[in-house]
Amino acid sequence: MILNALIVMSVFLGILFFFCLYRAYIGPEAADRVVSINIISTKVTVMIALISIITGQDAFMDVALIYAMMGFITTICVSKYIEKGKLF
Amino acid sequence: MIKAVIILILLAASSFFFLVGTIGLIRMPDAFCRMHATTKSDTLGAGLALLALVIYRGFDVISIKLLIILLFVWITTPTAAHIMAKAAYNQKKTIQGEDQ
Repeated sequence: MILNALIVMSVFLGILFFFCLYRAYIGPEAADRVVSINIISTKVTVMIALISIITGQDAFMDVALIYAMMGFITTICVSKYIEKGKLF
Repeated sequence: MIKAVIILILLAASSFFFLVGTIGLIRMPDAFCRMHATTKSDTLGAGLALLALVIYRGFDVISIKLLIILLFVWITTPTAAHIMAKAAYNQKKTIQGEDQ
């Protein structure tokens, strides 16, 4: 029963990705796209953790941790580029 | 049985907060309003979902890794929101300054 609930939660997150991608596609400014990509990266982190529990592969949890770090670094780099016009 | 009920309640609350954040991302008029909607829902949704997984696994190495991910998300989401808000505000200010 709990496993079915985890699968339903994963499918629900997968449906929500498309609405976030819609905002990233039509966003009028670059800041809207950065917000959308940030929430997508957090959802992908949760989804990788869910899939790791569902399939029983414990090595996927490291992938979730690295994906959270990559999403944070991506958000910071794109925000700095929007603000200054260059990275450093 | 009680454990299953607690996990189901946490998953339902997490999906509710993710849904609220996505609706706010679609419906809100401004970049700052969208940030206001997504950041809180993002923190609480990811927190409740990972907490449900921790309760499902029990005390384990995997649950400690889940708690590390949870702590990292709770630290980095407000920081990323602050940096995004600063970038959007400075960009808007320079564009208005160029117009005047």
